[in-house]
Amino acid sequence: MAHPINSRVIAVNGPLVTAEVIRDQEVTMNEVAYVMWNDIPLKSEVIRIRGRLVDIQVFESTTGLKVGDQVDFSRELLSATLGPGILGQIYDGLQNPLNMLENTQGFFLKRGQYVSALDQTKKWDFTPLVAKGDQVKAGHYLGYVPEGIFRHHIMVPLSYAGIGEIVEIAGQGPFAVGETIAVLRNGDSEHFSVTMEQKWPVKMPIRAYNERLLPSRPLLTQCRLIDVFFPLAEGGTACIPGPFGAGKTVLQQIISRYAEADVVLIVACGERAGEVVETIREFPDLEDPKTGKSLMDRTVIICNTSSMPVAAREASIYTGITLGEYFRQIGMKVLLLADSTSRWAQALRESSARMEEIPGEEAFPAYLESRIAALYERAGLVRLYNNETGSLTIVGNVSPAGGNFEEPVTQNTLKVVGAFYGLSRSRSDQRRYPAIDPLISWSLYLRQLEESLSERHPKWVELVEEAQSLLHRGSEVHQMMLVVGEEGISIDDLVVYLKAEAVDAVCLQQDAFDKVERATSKERQVSDFLLLMEMVHHHFSFESKEQAKKEMTNIQNIFFQMKYAPFQEEAYWAYRKEIESILKKGVKSE
Amino acid sequence: MIIEHSRITLIQGDIIAVPATGIQYGELAVVKSKRKSSLAQVIRLRGDEVFLQVFAGSRGVATGDQVRFLGHPMQVAFGDAMLGRVFNGSGDPIDGGPNLETLPRLEIGGPSVNPVKRIIPRGFIETRVPMIDVFNPLVESQKLPIFAAAGEPYNQLLSRIGMRADADVVILGGIGMKYDEYLKFRIAFEQAGVLPRTIMFIHTASDPVVERLLVPDMSLAVAEQFGVRGKRVLVLLTDMTAFADAMKEIAISMDQVPSNLGYPGSLYSDLAARYEKAVDFQDAGSITILAVTTMPGDDVTHPVPDNTGYITEGQFYLKNGVIEPFGSLSRLKQLVIGKVTREDHGYIMNSMIRLFAKSRDVEQKLSMGFEKTAEDERYLRYGQLFYERFMDLRVDIGINEALDLGWKTLKECFSADEVGIKQELIDQYWPGTSG
Repeated sequence: MAHPINSRVIAVNGPLVTAEVIRDQEVTMNEVAYVMWNDIPLKSEVIRIRGRLVDIQVFESTTGLKVGDQVDFSRELLSATLGPGILGQIYDGLQNPLNMLENTQGFFLKRGQYVSALDQTKKWDFTPLVAKGDQVKAGHYLGYVPEGIFRHHIMVPLSYAGIGEIVEIAGQGPFAVGETIAVLRNGDSEHFSVTMEQKWPVKMPIRAYNERLLPSRPLLTQCRLIDVFFPLAEGGTACIPGPFGAGKTVLQQIISRYAEADVVLIVACGERAGEVVETIREFPDLEDPKTGKSLMDRTVIICNTSSMPVAAREASIYTGITLGEYFRQIGMKVLLLADSTSRWAQALRESSARMEEIPGEEAFPAYLESRIAALYERAGLVRLYNNETGSLTIVGNVSPAGGNFEEPVTQNTLKVVGAFYGLSRSRSDQRRYPAIDPLISWSLYLRQLEESLSERHPKWVELVEEAQSLLHRGSEVHQMMLVVGEEGISIDDLVVYLKAEAVDAVCLQQDAFDKVERATSKERQVSDFLLLMEMVHHHFSFESKEQAKKEMTNIQNIFFQMKYAPFQEEAYWAYRKEIESILKKGVKSE
Repeated sequence: MIIEHSRITLIQGDIIAVPATGIQYGELAVVKSKRKSSLAQVIRLRGDEVFLQVFAGSRGVATGDQVRFLGHPMQVAFGDAMLGRVFNGSGDPIDGGPNLETLPRLEIGGPSVNPVKRIIPRGFIETRVPMIDVFNPLVESQKLPIFAAAGEPYNQLLSRIGMRADADVVILGGIGMKYDEYLKFRIAFEQAGVLPRTIMFIHTASDPVVERLLVPDMSLAVAEQFGVRGKRVLVLLTDMTAFADAMKEIAISMDQVPSNLGYPGSLYSDLAARYEKAVDFQDAGSITILAVTTMPGDDVTHPVPDNTGYITEGQFYLKNGVIEPFGSLSRLKQLVIGKVTREDHGYIMNSMIRLFAKSRDVEQKLSMGFEKTAEDERYLRYGQLFYERFMDLRVDIGINEALDLGWKTLKECFSADEVGIKQELIDQYWPGTSG
């Protein structure tokens, strides 16, 4: 609110407020404005300018606003606050820490309360990495502070233009985020004080790195269906569309717990508050298997649940992505989970409708496609200025109306993502979880990561493709059986079907509630999948269909039991030997 | 500050516009016509033009009618004196009792609960409907719709739950309800002696359409106040499809671009704003919502049930007069099964459902003309018993009684090694084995 302009509300239509500004006043698109409601500022964003009429979307309820109420423009774009102290926080869509609101606001979220995103009093132990006289630019590291298990690099503010010379740098010692730790001088001899806290406009990508790289390493989620069949790349993108009740949210929760990332950002965008509550209440007590610390230490939650104001829902995903890009700048492997992007698209639709823009398909605005594309394009693997890499991987849930994937949000998302995990009602009805349908899902990363995946096995990718095609053939046989019955198909076709079912039961289906099953390490995935493929390759010779069914059920059951046995422990080896001996026996008899 | 205006410039659908200044967005007004007077709410401000939706409808409103602005948004009375009372869609008593003008009034449609002030739900609400208690238990603070085609006995089910459920306060919100249905609810609650803990907001089908919009907000605003004061509140809403249809009408009158089958693009947010009022407060009470959503054409992909399904924590699917075990789901059931309820609950639930699925398969097989085996006979018998003892909506038994009946039913049809329950529990619960 640095430069108040004398502007007044002239129209109110839901969260959309139109203000009239005085002649020749400069207004910036996406600038933050405050509408004054009984002296309480309501945060808003400029979304359209027509002459002296400025349309702004208010991030709070507009009940009680009047024509003639004052509007102040801030001249700043809607920004995220970046610096040490973000990890472990629970923010609303505008980055207000909900725990702080809790202390002041009681049970309900009141309007017009804005709290600093970072703790301003906490001291961080700063260690410098540069010296006086060094030349630096935006994104260069000046030093670091330890934060939890990480080294949080403090950088030249990302918005700093040009090259600066360091004229002052703090020595080792405790600093609060607002204190100056360095002073820079640019070519025009202007001095600039650097603190550990900086701001970045959420709708602009951060590009302070040397280059973007082609994602070439898998990001392990410990969910076999993803890791083995449709791998996710570090720095890649994926979407999970599915009808309600198919298990999207459970799947995302599992990924948020077990994925091998340094930082996990959970953006709960327009979904149930209850789901966020589970994460908020459970994560602090869960142990991160990698670090032994609380899972919350690597997690940031941004939540705009479905009953919170719609305009802030649109902002919440951008806030999340900006935090993700920031952590990528400090060299982290970041995973962002957005649940759900459909709600974000609906927020766009609501504000577009209020602005009376000409609607596109299903009343979504015409710019839906470009907005979705721009969103996912902010993911990526990058080589930073210090030649290390950082990555931001984005996985977005999509909630298609009626479970129909032909709708615009799903279709536009599919155009831009690298992997598609389609959940199907029929699989969830059969309790085959995770209900990702292997017959419709795909990952462009399987081939792209070939070099890295072949470290697991020289022919890994071919084996996976073979398993995929087995599933397709199994499904064809199954379709046939529905028409002509089991009697109508050959014994070979039956075996194909039974093998496909075994692959499905043993590898694809994963029990999210079992201690051993819920997360599968890379080593175990490799070893179990290779054994499974041995079974697939094995040429069984059965006398009758009855025998085929009996023996295949038996072997599937041993595989199944093995899944629940802790890796490389006694029971595991016992089951494994049993399978190996069955497979050997078969070979001899031929 | 009360201002009167008497120049209505636009009447379209149930929307009117008057020139006025200093009016707040969301403010209430009274529109006084020759024949009637009605509340109206400001839904848009444009320059000195104020658009209002007239709750009683615009029929009979004349351009010269008076519009008096009240200076505050919609409010509802709150207090213990409301218990046992019946109100209409505008919050006025319709049971002939005293009016409640002395009670404090609170604004409806208030802000949402801070997520960090919620706790993970863990209370089991016994309804004495075995298809709910045993197979998809209702959890305190859950929001669950009853999906049903027109003609299904959803109100009967709702009133059963209202009478039986273990809650401190029950609030019934009737939206577009037939007058007879309202009387049935009232008589049933009176006979069961639960009226003193009940509050009803009844909008009947003959009342003005716009008033429908207020019923859920008033019911939930009152529920919220009881919840904050430590009460366990159960809110019953019927029927939310009528609510969505009213929203559609307003949106179309306002020339909003419809998104799907004429419903406004904000349908999801509008429904969620109501359902999300379900909450388990940290160190206070809770609100549980059970809402009927009728499905036009029995189609679950219709925008109203579809959007509802994405918001709520499961659904009960009422079909052919019974709660269908397949298609019904309580997403929160893991939080109470075997933790709050008896240890054998989860096993009985899974085993009985699996066997019932099998009995359905057998029925299907037989209907295709295959021969009946002795085993089929047992499954058919089991299916029959399952229907009579569990699915029939007249069955009225508590959870433990239902679990015992489950064991008994299993024993009558199967041997212990056929039911797939771990030995420990068989030893303990299988009827007749423990001497």
